[in-house]
Amino acid sequence: MNDRRFVKSPWWIVLLSTFGAAVFIVPLVGLLVRAPWSNLVSLLSGAFVLDALRVSLLASVLATVIAAVLGVPLAWMLARVEFPGRSVLRAFVLLPLVLPPVVGGAALLFALGRRGIIGEPIYEATGLVLPFSLTGVVLAATFVAMPFLVITVEGALRNLDPRYESAAASLGASPARILGRVTLPMIAPSLVAGLALTWARAFGEFGATVTFAGNLAGRTQTLPLAVFVALESDRDAAIAISLMMVTISLAVLLALRQRWWRSL
Amino acid sequence: MRSLSTVVVAALMVAACSGADSRDQLVVATASSLAEAFAQMEAEFEAAYPDIDVALNVAGSSLLREQILSGAPIDVFASADLEDMDRVVEAGLAEAPTIFATNRMAVAVAANNPGGVEDIGDLASEGLLVGTCEPQVPCGRLADELLERAGVTASVDTQEPNVRALTTKLSLGELDAAIVYLSDVHNVSLGNVSIPESQNPIVAYPIAVVLETARPDDAQAFVDFVLTEGGRIMLAYGFGGA
Repeated sequence: MNDRRFVKSPWWIVLLSTFGAAVFIVPLVGLLVRAPWSNLVSLLSGAFVLDALRVSLLASVLATVIAAVLGVPLAWMLARVEFPGRSVLRAFVLLPLVLPPVVGGAALLFALGRRGIIGEPIYEATGLVLPFSLTGVVLAATFVAMPFLVITVEGALRNLDPRYESAAASLGASPARILGRVTLPMIAPSLVAGLALTWARAFGEFGATVTFAGNLAGRTQTLPLAVFVALESDRDAAIAISLMMVTISLAVLLALRQRWWRSL
Repeated sequence: MRSLSTVVVAALMVAACSGADSRDQLVVATASSLAEAFAQMEAEFEAAYPDIDVALNVAGSSLLREQILSGAPIDVFASADLEDMDRVVEAGLAEAPTIFATNRMAVAVAANNPGGVEDIGDLASEGLLVGTCEPQVPCGRLADELLERAGVTASVDTQEPNVRALTTKLSLGELDAAIVYLSDVHNVSLGNVSIPESQNPIVAYPIAVVLETARPDDAQAFVDFVLTEGGRIMLAYGFGGA
């Protein structure tokens, strides 16, 4: 009912929004124009790219799983339980969203590195080194991506009409049963959207990964890192990988568009 | 509301048209290993030439080379290796680069040598956390050359994008050993393990004016400064003479 016809829109809105759209479209067009179409397939099937793809997929999926296992209960606490310092905790949870990823990576290094406040005792006791391994990549990705899941799920839980859960409780269902059969199914659209966003963020993570987990092909070199490295030595490979990542991300976003987009 | 929007749009268009080169800084693309020495270079140059404001763009030489080839507004290029400078010369963006300093490699260790590294052969040990630069930057290529000459297959745990990241992690104790420049050992107070001279590659640092600079005279003044006064500064920062 509020949709204006295009020709009746104020000219300055059209002009500014054209520039706004250009911000997003021009860089992608730049990629497409410079893409090495003739040897795209051979570039993307080399060990360099496949190793990075494997590390990226493994780390992003693991990070999403951890984010879900820890994030849903955290979101539940933030949405449902009144406890002192709740708003402070929520601010901490949101911090990785605004913190420069490199700062996040540095913080992880100071906390979980071999000489970190928690990392050092772990190292002394077990000899386990967290950075410079796939574990490090997963930790970095989880740190930056988990806020997406927590915030999305918390929002959904807040908007949930509590009468359904009360009804289930009055009919004798246990809390676990209510969670599994009533709550989670009802927030499913938001949960899926949250998971997709979390995965996408984890997949694209760079700054925290390179700072905390380092860079080693086949072990910790993710796709974004591979692009950064290739940019200096093999620009065609860099563009090819970038195109691949844009395609994957677009596919995820478009898949969300049909059913879950509205709940974001 | 109409007049405000007109003013905003007009201001944006003026800003866009006021010329891409309205910055008044002399941008010097500086390889990471030169960071401290060139900070001193900048300070002394600005004292000698108060009208010129120098800005250092510090990154790995390969990244700087890509920036220059892509047309970034850079006036002078000080590279950590000849190959990156040659690529810029081939593209017609620099000519007649001059070597202004040299360097060697070093196997650096964290303070107190927690890993107990005695010589370069220890880098093959799986139990040590060893770092080098990524092979795309000069520091990484030289590390590979050093290891090859010494006949060691190192068990590398990370290949950092530039030598600064490497020295930082080493100083923090997150790595046991790293192959960096000899000048870094001097500047970042790290320990180091001695390497036979015959195995240690020599690094040459070239500097040149970037031909597309909007300030050729200022850029040349900086290069001349580096080639004259700069020699003393480079030696003070652990580099070798040209």
